[in-house]
Amino acid sequence: MRARRLTGTVTSGLLLLGAASRAVGADSLAARHAPGRAVYEKWCAPCHDPGIIHPGTHALMTKYPNSTRASGLITAWTDLPATYVTFMVRHGISVMPAFRKTEISDAELAALAAYLARNTPTGR
Amino acid sequence: MRVPPNVSSADYARALAEFEQAIGREWVFTSDEDLDLYRDAFSPFLNEPEERIASGALAPVSTEQVQQIVRIANKYRIPIYPISTGKNLGYGGSAPAYSGSVVLDLKRMNRIIEVNEQHAFALVEPGVSYFDLYRYIQEHKLKVWIDCPDPGWGSVMGNALDRGGGYTSANYRNHFDSHCGMEIVLPNGELLRTGMGAIPNAQTWQQYKSGCGPWIDGIFSQSNFGVVTKMGFWLMPEPEAYQRCTVSVPRYHDLMPLVEILNFVENSRITSGFPDLESPLLGYPPVGQIQLWNETGPPKMSAEHANLLKGAKLGYSPQIEAYGARAGIPYWRLWLSFHGPEEVIQAQWHAAQRHFARIQGAQFAVVEQVKLPVDAQQATKYHEPEFGVPSLRAFSIGARTPWNPTPSKGHMWFSPIIPRTGEAIIEANRVFSEAAQSLGMPLFTTFTLPACFWERAFIFILATPVTEDPHLNKRYREGFKKLIEVGGQHGWGEYRTAPVFQHAVMDVYSFNNHVLQRFHATLKDAIDPNGILSAGRYDIWPKHLREKA
Repeated sequence: MRARRLTGTVTSGLLLLGAASRAVGADSLAARHAPGRAVYEKWCAPCHDPGIIHPGTHALMTKYPNSTRASGLITAWTDLPATYVTFMVRHGISVMPAFRKTEISDAELAALAAYLARNTPTGR
Repeated sequence: MRVPPNVSSADYARALAEFEQAIGREWVFTSDEDLDLYRDAFSPFLNEPEERIASGALAPVSTEQVQQIVRIANKYRIPIYPISTGKNLGYGGSAPAYSGSVVLDLKRMNRIIEVNEQHAFALVEPGVSYFDLYRYIQEHKLKVWIDCPDPGWGSVMGNALDRGGGYTSANYRNHFDSHCGMEIVLPNGELLRTGMGAIPNAQTWQQYKSGCGPWIDGIFSQSNFGVVTKMGFWLMPEPEAYQRCTVSVPRYHDLMPLVEILNFVENSRITSGFPDLESPLLGYPPVGQIQLWNETGPPKMSAEHANLLKGAKLGYSPQIEAYGARAGIPYWRLWLSFHGPEEVIQAQWHAAQRHFARIQGAQFAVVEQVKLPVDAQQATKYHEPEFGVPSLRAFSIGARTPWNPTPSKGHMWFSPIIPRTGEAIIEANRVFSEAAQSLGMPLFTTFTLPACFWERAFIFILATPVTEDPHLNKRYREGFKKLIEVGGQHGWGEYRTAPVFQHAVMDVYSFNNHVLQRFHATLKDAIDPNGILSAGRYDIWPKHLREKA
């Protein structure tokens, strides 16, 4: 049920992008990524929001010091391809488990990956 | 395609077709790619042939669909293994106990049927997580607290059925004890309601636990006698205030009266918040501050102090005790917390101090006074679950930090129950540290303190790492089993364990020639004659698999 509702939102998000494509601004970008951001908020934020109280962020800060990834913030990275997000969600790493399709559906994962990859130049 | 054990490919294909008809093709998973998502992320058999895996997965959305699935499984003798959210990492995750079973993934059954503020209860389905229930309560501005374990993404129902614990007030910390009323799909597909729920049009299903006649709820926890599809929980009315205090005592042997008085003040309800033991002198943190230590590192210690610790045996040496007295560092510190109206808290704290004052040199402090409510953001200043706020902060255990440069792949929880005495803490440390050292296990390497989730017994909850190295994992698995056995010899048993260790743990519960296990088997044969449900869970096997063993 939830998956179907979200798929609906993804579609309308894409339609919205099409309508606004002549003048792409911050608002339309935010609207386009709203579904992916919602998945992030529900499933990723408790471990990946800013600061060391979030174990995912703390782990990534520790793993990538003195680099563009030093913030540990996957929402801000500029080198995070969508395919990498998809792989991590479905395989897990360290103490982060893989997520099942009953938790994050394929459609939700596509939206999440697009959201997290929005700052990453395509082709990476 | 994977096929469950003892099932022909043809029968499995027919069963799958019927499952698809019952719940929709998109919710029947059979590809390796989809089924790998059901692997236990913290499996102690990581990437080894013995890892327990699923042959299929089914994700129903309703109780009716669960009933249909159970009937089809009976028809074709398909072993099925229900999970709720599949997040009991360290205790088995989403993988079946009997490898090759078809996982019944109840995550989509995520309805919060009712949260009743007046009578302070919730009625939920298996897929509802602590985060879900917390958000629902916040959105609806209801003045009730949930009681959650450290990882907030687990199932409210699943955690209770696994007999997990939490951190608020004593009435709510034991999650199975705080449930009220169940709905269960029996292995033959019939629907059963327990307690007052057995009355059609029941008026008090979530207000009175036992109904009349034998109270059978317990047999549906840590077992395989039915698929629980609804469960009620008592919630705590939102308290007005919270206060955290400490009682610090100077000498090693003060541990004995400290625990004795703690038991008295808890059992008398002078205090009802989560009590927490620490040793400032031995550098052992209270449970509620483990996450803080993982985040910011352990407190600094002088070189002299660190050196003296190396010479301590079972946490003691005259030199370390003298150092503590000289430096003003308490041997033990007990954290007490109180919830309720301000004036009641002050009276409780006053009475508690009067009792603890009989320990010579006991020092008292009020560390925190919090006017409630606090929101999730404000709760991050504290150990969130003590405020009924779910989080995932506990995953700092094992995760990469500056103090843990080699993160683990997970952990298996070693969690024996021991008596609530200072003597038992010392004796358990002696027994387990000797055993762990001889087995090369990274447990009890320093003097270790238990947790106080339950009022009448202590529990150690210790993470044994799962690594990328199969040899090391093998050593830890075998050591883990040996520690279970050693505990059993001393009358201590685990409260819960991962499927890999369920046989070893249940073997400890062997009074009168394993009559308890034989009784479980008698129930199994009567309730689930085809043995379709969760074969092997807590070492309860259906007849056809028992005879093979």
